[in-house]
Amino acid sequence: MSESVAVQPAGALVRARDLAKYFDVSPPWLARVLERAPRAVLKAVDGVSFDIPPGRTFSLVGESGCGKSTVARLVVRLYEPTRGRVEFDGIDLATLGSRAAMAPVRRRIQMIFQDPYASLNPRWRVADIVAEPIRTHRLIEGDAAIARRVGELLAQVRLSPVDGEKFPHEFSGGQRQRISIARALASNPDFLVCDEPTSALDVSVQAQILNLMRDLQRAMGLTYLFISHDLAVVYHISDYVGVMYLGRLLEWADARSLFHRPQHPYTRMLLDAIPDLEMTGQARQAVAGEVPSPIHPPSGCHFHPRCPLANERCRAEAPRPRPREGGEVACHALEEGRLPERGGDALR
Amino acid sequence: MDPAPEGNRPLLVVRDLRIEFPTRRGTLVAVDGVSFHIDEGEVLGVVGESGAGKSLTGAAIIGLLEPPGRIAVGSVTLAGRRIDDLPYEEMRRIRGSQIGMVFQDPLTSLNPLYTVGRQLTETLRTHLDLSEQAARARAVELLGEVGIPSPQVRVDQYPHEFSGGMRQRVVIALALCVNPRLIIADEPTTALDVSIQAQIITLLKRLCREHGAAVMLITHDMGVIAETADRVAVMYAGRIAEVGRVDQIIKRARHPYTDGLMGSIPKVGTDAERLTQIEGSMPRLTEIPAGCAFHPRCPKVFERCTQERPELASVDGAQVACWLYAGAPAQAIDRV
Repeated sequence: MSESVAVQPAGALVRARDLAKYFDVSPPWLARVLERAPRAVLKAVDGVSFDIPPGRTFSLVGESGCGKSTVARLVVRLYEPTRGRVEFDGIDLATLGSRAAMAPVRRRIQMIFQDPYASLNPRWRVADIVAEPIRTHRLIEGDAAIARRVGELLAQVRLSPVDGEKFPHEFSGGQRQRISIARALASNPDFLVCDEPTSALDVSVQAQILNLMRDLQRAMGLTYLFISHDLAVVYHISDYVGVMYLGRLLEWADARSLFHRPQHPYTRMLLDAIPDLEMTGQARQAVAGEVPSPIHPPSGCHFHPRCPLANERCRAEAPRPRPREGGEVACHALEEGRLPERGGDALR
Repeated sequence: MDPAPEGNRPLLVVRDLRIEFPTRRGTLVAVDGVSFHIDEGEVLGVVGESGAGKSLTGAAIIGLLEPPGRIAVGSVTLAGRRIDDLPYEEMRRIRGSQIGMVFQDPLTSLNPLYTVGRQLTETLRTHLDLSEQAARARAVELLGEVGIPSPQVRVDQYPHEFSGGMRQRVVIALALCVNPRLIIADEPTTALDVSIQAQIITLLKRLCREHGAAVMLITHDMGVIAETADRVAVMYAGRIAEVGRVDQIIKRARHPYTDGLMGSIPKVGTDAERLTQIEGSMPRLTEIPAGCAFHPRCPKVFERCTQERPELASVDGAQVACWLYAGAPAQAIDRV
């Protein structure tokens, strides 16, 4: 989206403006020469703007390939943005050139990954894994003091301090994700970027982790950027929700307004596709079509080939974000008043 | 051989199934005393968390347990014929002609080196008496039936030319091509996006109804179960905790595990500060507790749970393995 984002009232801790990341996915040089294959650019993220107020959770949802994980990586600066900027607590991250200049901000931003089996070093004891950020940022001096702090952190994520002596393989998936959280908390961060933190977990374990994340947020005033494809999880955990599709943010709003009064046809479609536990035996609304290739996205509004309301303008011109209740939405149909009212509440 | 439960004719009867894995450190029991049936044309959902034994149960029914896993005790009967002790070749014929399979990852269940059409015609001609042309015509027809656009073109393409959702449609076409009486679908929508998930579930349901096939739907996704299954079996630590009609399980779960599981699912539109949480995690196979396997995590545990193992017993039409509902444990498992 463009610069025209309505800034949320409270000062934002994290602010993304017109964030974009393009990847060069061209065929190898020889193929380009011999077969005249053109260069190809994958616009994984193409102009995304949002604000996250302190102590709140902003979630990005969307189907695979929509660019939500790329946004997460841009925000923690694992990727350099192609365009746009990320501000953290008023600091433009792009101005922090060197590692040394970045370090104080790094300490305040931590990340939790999806796969707790791949994100913990199997050869390190848990205590060393959790102590690593403390040692890297020289937060505490002295082995005894570090060990005490590691014990506290493990207790905070409802593990026992003696678990520090074990290796990651001795833990279940849910316990490993607790270790990841303890490691993320070790540097006293303000902001956690959580990329599908519960997608690899069973539902009962997912509930434990979501409850833990919420308790920690309440206790420590943490700010979360939460990436997920699971709408129910997002509804449960979020204060604000953004819906992404092929690299663009189509709609964002506070969670209640977005879920109860979705505006964008894609958001409506996603909500209709959620299986409903209460209505047993009732087929959900099947959605037509599939997500097109992000290398050759449709012209105009990316969603137009699947949109029941698409017209000529949607095919030609990308819609700009307009204010909606509690947020913004980018849709020509809404702007032109062609969007049908949804009967009552979107949620049963 | 097996007394038929009254009422509907059971197509598949699994009785007292026990699957063991002999290891150097002793025998692991992955599935223990599992009994259930599926009626003709019925969709039985099998839910549980990872390691509950649901996929192993499915694999055992189709005779595809990976060694050293083996059926130690119990029987599997398909349409009145016992199939768990058949020689490999004979079982292979039954798998092709009477049981269709849909697995989680559509890319690994299709051969990447053959066109989709070749895989379909090969299956068709192995099990049905069809000429090459007739088989190809049927393949095109099947691809159309599972909602693949321009099937005449797509039939000559390779699996990598299809998207994930389209591949799963091909797998469903393969599973249904010889009109099997039973489909075993193991996490058929888990690898798919939510909008594609809805398409695949709708398709699977419609086709099974049209072909009159019964379905064993194995999944961890309660939402998929809720809209698809007629009855549900909830598995925990290799055992069935509860079996009942889908509305009974979802709205009035009897077993404390089912109850906790349902409460731990976040729901869109339900504002809850915290989710219900089952403490702890599923025991490892080496450490399955005595008595009821769920007792260390159960909020309603009492003396008897730690000592005696509960069997499935009827409670208001559902079957529950829990001492909370035990009147008389002895005559419990008379009918599954």
